[in-house]
Amino acid sequence: MDFSYTDEQQMLLDTARRFVGERYPFEYRQRVRDSAEGWSRETWLRLADLGLLALNVPESEGGLGAGPIETMLVCNALGEGLLLEPYVGSAVVATSVIAELGSPHQRQRWLPHLASGEVVALLAHDEPDSGDDFARVQTRARREGEHWRLDGRKSQVYHAPAANLLLVSARTEDDVLAVFAVPTNVPGVHLAAQKTVDDQCAANVHLDGAQVEADARLGADAQGALRNALDAGLAALCADAFGAMDKAFATTVDYCRSRTQFGAPIGTFQSLQHRMADMLMRLEEARAMSYLAASACSHSDLAERRAALAAAKALMGQCARHIGQQAIQLHGGMGMTDELAISHYFKRLIAFEFRNGSTDQHLRDYRKQLRAA
Amino acid sequence: MNLNFDSQQLAFRDELRAFLRDHLPADIRTRMRDGDHSHIREDISDWQKILHRQGWGAPAWPKEFGGPGWSKPQQYIFDVECALADAPEQLAFGLKMVGPVIMRYGNAEQQQRFLPRIVAADDWWCQGYSEPGSGSDLASLRTRAERAGNDYIVNGQKVWNTLGQFANWIFCLVRTGNGGKPQQGISFLLIDMRTPGVKVQPTRLLDGGFEVNEIWFENVRVPMGNLIGEENRGWTYAKFLLGHERSNVAGIGAIKRELLRLKQIAARTQGETASLLHDPIFATRIAQVEIELRALEIISLRAMFEAERNSAPGPEASILKTRGTEIRQRISELQIDALGEAALTIAPRIDDDTPRAMLDYLNLRKLSIFGGSNEIQRNIIAQRILGL
Repeated sequence: MDFSYTDEQQMLLDTARRFVGERYPFEYRQRVRDSAEGWSRETWLRLADLGLLALNVPESEGGLGAGPIETMLVCNALGEGLLLEPYVGSAVVATSVIAELGSPHQRQRWLPHLASGEVVALLAHDEPDSGDDFARVQTRARREGEHWRLDGRKSQVYHAPAANLLLVSARTEDDVLAVFAVPTNVPGVHLAAQKTVDDQCAANVHLDGAQVEADARLGADAQGALRNALDAGLAALCADAFGAMDKAFATTVDYCRSRTQFGAPIGTFQSLQHRMADMLMRLEEARAMSYLAASACSHSDLAERRAALAAAKALMGQCARHIGQQAIQLHGGMGMTDELAISHYFKRLIAFEFRNGSTDQHLRDYRKQLRAA
Repeated sequence: MNLNFDSQQLAFRDELRAFLRDHLPADIRTRMRDGDHSHIREDISDWQKILHRQGWGAPAWPKEFGGPGWSKPQQYIFDVECALADAPEQLAFGLKMVGPVIMRYGNAEQQQRFLPRIVAADDWWCQGYSEPGSGSDLASLRTRAERAGNDYIVNGQKVWNTLGQFANWIFCLVRTGNGGKPQQGISFLLIDMRTPGVKVQPTRLLDGGFEVNEIWFENVRVPMGNLIGEENRGWTYAKFLLGHERSNVAGIGAIKRELLRLKQIAARTQGETASLLHDPIFATRIAQVEIELRALEIISLRAMFEAERNSAPGPEASILKTRGTEIRQRISELQIDALGEAALTIAPRIDDDTPRAMLDYLNLRKLSIFGGSNEIQRNIIAQRILGL
């Protein structure tokens, strides 16, 4: 047992935090949020310069080959800054899929470009009818000569409008779950953009006879790699949410120290002190579960890993709701305004509750594996 | 003891239902149901005029000032039925706030000048209470009114002026005296918002909407005839007003409407083995909140019964405000929980409840903050009910 970070891990956290502090202050984020794209390519390239986009790229492709703990630390910092850029989607999930499934040629073709920020790749996996079963994919892939033809629908792909590459999961004619690298400019790929509650962009993706070259298929059976990448993404999302909770809490305590009513800082009122004490307890639970989620990513026992991640997401979702609601309440009317950062933390946290499976879904997953002994 | 409405009251309810069915314009009803505020000014105003033509423009006002002379149970039934029918909520600032103050403390000239225009939707009132440094601690307000001949000169800033961007009149608490307790030296002043020196700036809220405003007063000249009652007695009038604001504060009608909507969402959303309305876990949560609503409704009716006997609403209003807002917020949470991942999308519109449910969830955080935060309500309960 050891809760300390290595020097390298601490440096990574410091680097990411310094980046957020210097390059991504709230005013900058507001400008990015209000821009037509809704995310900043400039920021993306800075993340590349810092090596953060190469974090999950294997050393063989020139990356850092880091693990889930490093990813957690970076995502903590990016969550503190409420980054609007597709870090978890591209630099964690999509990068992991290509690294695990890709042939040496495919890895060489995509990973260095992901690390440099030229390519933003996102996994398009969930479908309108997926339900609780992640392997339930109805998108079809059919071989047509030298090409693959893809037909199907993918729902609510976060950041999809920012991507130039989609990793599309589909069932082949022999019913194997496969993944295809599909540039977004291929004919037959249509994005129906959506705005999400946390001011991010998402899209429903329609594939109507989208045609890609034979070499677009990554690996053979993709089920295991998809599970690994989605789990890595879930842990990273938890880390991002923890960063947001941590910052929302600290901001709230600061506000209660400085806001004066009835001749005293409101933080001196006992009823508000108890609320902040409760928030701190939820925050520590969230931190614990974020650690659990990150370390679960290296479990070899899949059932154990799934249970740990379900537990983490379920409890962290509840912590997110509690901390988010209390943060707004303690800010009073100011907490309702777009001008203060706190409402944006609140919205990030409500989105977290529903992303990658809602609190209820994860509770259900956890409940299903309960055993008497 | 009998918890049910009598046959006359039920007949009254049926009359209202028929009226709402026939006279609430379909487009307004649709916009209200969808949470579409793009026409909110016209929708509120048009609906008020329709009610006015019917003689129901001011449900809680006595006949002498243009009200229908309804009993409190009738007013309650009216509120519930209007909410259930997705009618726009009548503007409280004139009807429930400044109106009763003018009736009680205004002079005859003020009553003749202002009251008919409130009922007819000729004037749009907003409230000028809170300031940047004075929220829960309202009595610390600093907007000043200085005498200059037959006028006051007003300087200061007000915040959270709900729908103030559409208002042509504002009732303000202003400081006219110094010394003593902060509550002394506050006056209640009516200000024409078209007076030079009044500046209104809408505040963007977390749901992207513009529901409240900041209002600045820079050397705004206000005739002394716009003072309500006596100078430096404004706190008394404000407290009277708060009592009225809270007389139907539980918002039972809107809660019932949203509970119904929650059940509809749950009924059409597939759970693990059945719809969420029959999912053991989710349905239990709905049952819990429905039971709490039943209790609140009885508490609300009892408070109304007592208020009819003892005139002014008492501190019980704090119980209704706190529980009403907690239950409404809980229902809003359950609506987004039922929608699940679909709740994330706030544009484009997908169906009647997506994205309305999420935008409501964001917006309704205000309920436990405004009108005296729920913390302040608990202070009132502890101090005024329990005498602690």
